[in-house]
Amino acid sequence: MKAQDYNISSEKFKFRSLDENIHDKKLETKPVGYFKDALYRFTRNKGSIVAAFIIGLLLLFAIIGPFLTPYKVSDRDTRYANVTPKNELFVKLGINFWDGTTKEEWVSDVTLAKMLAIEKETGADVIKGDIKERTVIKRDKDTKKDKEVTEYSYTIDTYAKVGIIMISTMTNEEYLDIQRYQKETGIQVIYPITDPKLRTTAVAELSNANIWFKTSNTTPNSALKIAYDENGELIPIYRKYTGGFDQYDSIRIEGDTPKYDYAISKQNGTQWEVRLKYDEYYRYQNSLIEGNKIEYPSFFFGADTHGRDIFVCLASGARFSFILAIVVSVVNLFVGAIYGAVEGYYGGKIDLFMERVADILSAVPSTIVITLLRYHLKVDHWVILFISFFLTGWIGMASRTRMQFYRFKNQEYVLVARTLGANDRRIMFKHIFPNAIGTLITGSVLVIPGVIFSETSLSYLQIINLETGNLTSVGTLLANGQGALYNFPHIILFPSIFISLLMLSFNLFGNGLRDAFNPSLRGTEE
Amino acid sequence: MNMLKYILKRIGLMIMTFLIIFVMCFVLVKLLPFEPPVDIGKDPELIRQQYEARGFFDPIPKQFFTYIKRIIVDGDFGVCFKTPGLYNKPVWDTFVTKLPPTILINIYSSLFAVPIGIALGIFAALKKNKWQDHTISTAVMVFISVPSFVYASLVLYLFCFKIPIFPNKTILSVNAAGGYLTWKMFVSMIPAILSMSFGSIAGYARGTRAELTEVLTSEFMLLARTKGLTKSQATVRHALRNAMVPIFPSIIGEFVGVLSGSLVIESIFGIPGVGGLYLSSIRSMDYDLFMMLSSFYLLVGLSAGLVVDLSYGVIDPRIRMGAR
Repeated sequence: MKAQDYNISSEKFKFRSLDENIHDKKLETKPVGYFKDALYRFTRNKGSIVAAFIIGLLLLFAIIGPFLTPYKVSDRDTRYANVTPKNELFVKLGINFWDGTTKEEWVSDVTLAKMLAIEKETGADVIKGDIKERTVIKRDKDTKKDKEVTEYSYTIDTYAKVGIIMISTMTNEEYLDIQRYQKETGIQVIYPITDPKLRTTAVAELSNANIWFKTSNTTPNSALKIAYDENGELIPIYRKYTGGFDQYDSIRIEGDTPKYDYAISKQNGTQWEVRLKYDEYYRYQNSLIEGNKIEYPSFFFGADTHGRDIFVCLASGARFSFILAIVVSVVNLFVGAIYGAVEGYYGGKIDLFMERVADILSAVPSTIVITLLRYHLKVDHWVILFISFFLTGWIGMASRTRMQFYRFKNQEYVLVARTLGANDRRIMFKHIFPNAIGTLITGSVLVIPGVIFSETSLSYLQIINLETGNLTSVGTLLANGQGALYNFPHIILFPSIFISLLMLSFNLFGNGLRDAFNPSLRGTEE
Repeated sequence: MNMLKYILKRIGLMIMTFLIIFVMCFVLVKLLPFEPPVDIGKDPELIRQQYEARGFFDPIPKQFFTYIKRIIVDGDFGVCFKTPGLYNKPVWDTFVTKLPPTILINIYSSLFAVPIGIALGIFAALKKNKWQDHTISTAVMVFISVPSFVYASLVLYLFCFKIPIFPNKTILSVNAAGGYLTWKMFVSMIPAILSMSFGSIAGYARGTRAELTEVLTSEFMLLARTKGLTKSQATVRHALRNAMVPIFPSIIGEFVGVLSGSLVIESIFGIPGVGGLYLSSIRSMDYDLFMMLSSFYLLVGLSAGLVVDLSYGVIDPRIRMGAR
């Protein structure tokens, strides 16, 4: 039967009751549409509102987070590795929380003496608050006898603890420039160089520039032994100036008599070995040489084991996760909706075939897909993530659409539309599809936490590695913190809070959306 | 008869799906360039010949048939050639030695999670809309959402580092514990079991609560009370049995899934299980090991799904299987 067989010319239609009074009452309230109704129901659900608010905050964090900190993901400074979170505001207010400190529990007297030595030389507050002590009996390694040992417990500033560093290849220009900087600002950056002949022989401390005092080690493998003078003070091992070429004419430290050397010439005076107070040098390097906004080091969420700012890493990881999840969700919504619509509408053989294809694709574990893609395509791993999520992500959406089509395709109003001559595409997308919109919106929102979770797990297990340039991922941060969990739990803390909050609020939000769009499904779980 | 036909059909479809993925996976793995491993102190030519003899340089279809033939005739799944520490070891033997810890941890955590989860769910449903229900439901929401690696870190930090109830960060080796089924081994597994169970406890509690609240409000419950049963009698005899219908299949599914385990938990707690082996086979792309473990995971996943679907019909005859 062709459509034109039923073609009735428009002249045959005429208006019947054009000039009669209609006795219907006019609607007095505004009509409530589907979306308005859903919105009304959604706003009644307090949990979902809170969840939506938290999601908004997390999104905001991901979008503007990287601009709130002067650091970049690629900024690595291993000297500040594992430093604890520091909030400048709290430091200024003098609150002993979130101020870049950590507790050192029951360490030996040598460890304490090293910290006190840094404090003494640089004048920085390394140890905050009181030092507690206790006496325990321990077995001495060398003598194999039990002996009483005093142990100390204190709060330490993880930033100030870095103290002094040694640079053995500083150029002459930089050396002179730092001296100029010292004179200009009155801040001591260069500290007297220690005499190579007097330096400690303990292997573990060879490269530690904070040992400015005399030690009594004789064998390389023993632990550090500090030599004290008769007053119980540390004995400095600064190299004395013995005449000759001296480039140093800037600030000298207290007690600089007789004159100390501040650098050792290397490569015939073109390069210098110097000792620098690192946070001052850091400031000099960053704000003067690099010209970025970094002054003294201060990491809001602390730094990870590579010395990267966790705040910026987390924000960029979150940004990547959100972009990935939203793009995947949108693409899968389109692909899945069209695939499901075709399946559900035509049914029969087409449906059977397409269902088989979807079944097989959905059975392939994503680890296999990603591994094979990773070894076949030599592209960045984030591309692989996108491809693999596009490959199998739409199946859930397709089956949801298919189900809705099965429910609605034989309803009377569809038959009416068909009788009136609507073509397949019109029936599918104008008449049936709007019924599926609620489920599809809910579905595509719930895809987002799923994608973020898979991405985090995959990068956590290092099946994919998103660490390139300025890109990182929450999973990588978590894996990084996992190894340092015992000593530095703060590394894993913030990424964990982020991912937990995200999953929780998306689940609540999704449930709220589902209840709002499909009140009949309330209480059941998908 | 209809049921048998349906079961056979489902099994057939499963095998077909498995075979298609298996073949695709095999071809894609073999399409990767193969470089014989370098072993210091050994003649590279000799190593090359060894892999040539194993058929690594044959055309792919031929390789496929020899692979299948070896599996069926000799039970030979190939050798590891790249994974550190497993060089030249048979894949199947390696796999079998890694299986017990994985299965054990999963069984322990299921045995722990199923009763607690169901009990919590029943309790919440009986106290519906009271504070107990609200507390449990909120906790369930939290525990379902928070990923397992977060729990695992929390358990590690709290119970292994801060309050060292379980001093071992990772599980003991077989030799140290004197076997897999010893008490010592069990204690060292507790942190892993705990972190694995939280999610599934929450899942069971949620499912049970949802089902039971629905059943409790249905009309046959009213009838049971009218007959003169007390509330507890009616709940135990009528409501619980009906509420368990959708829960049991998922329990069965979980027990099929014990074979696969959790990659995340295994890598955090250093469990020498299949998960860790799979990860190292992925990182080093050890062809035979990767093929075997991938098909293992695939098979476990597919059969768990199938068993869940089929057990619905077995448990509840009202569900007509294969009906459209």
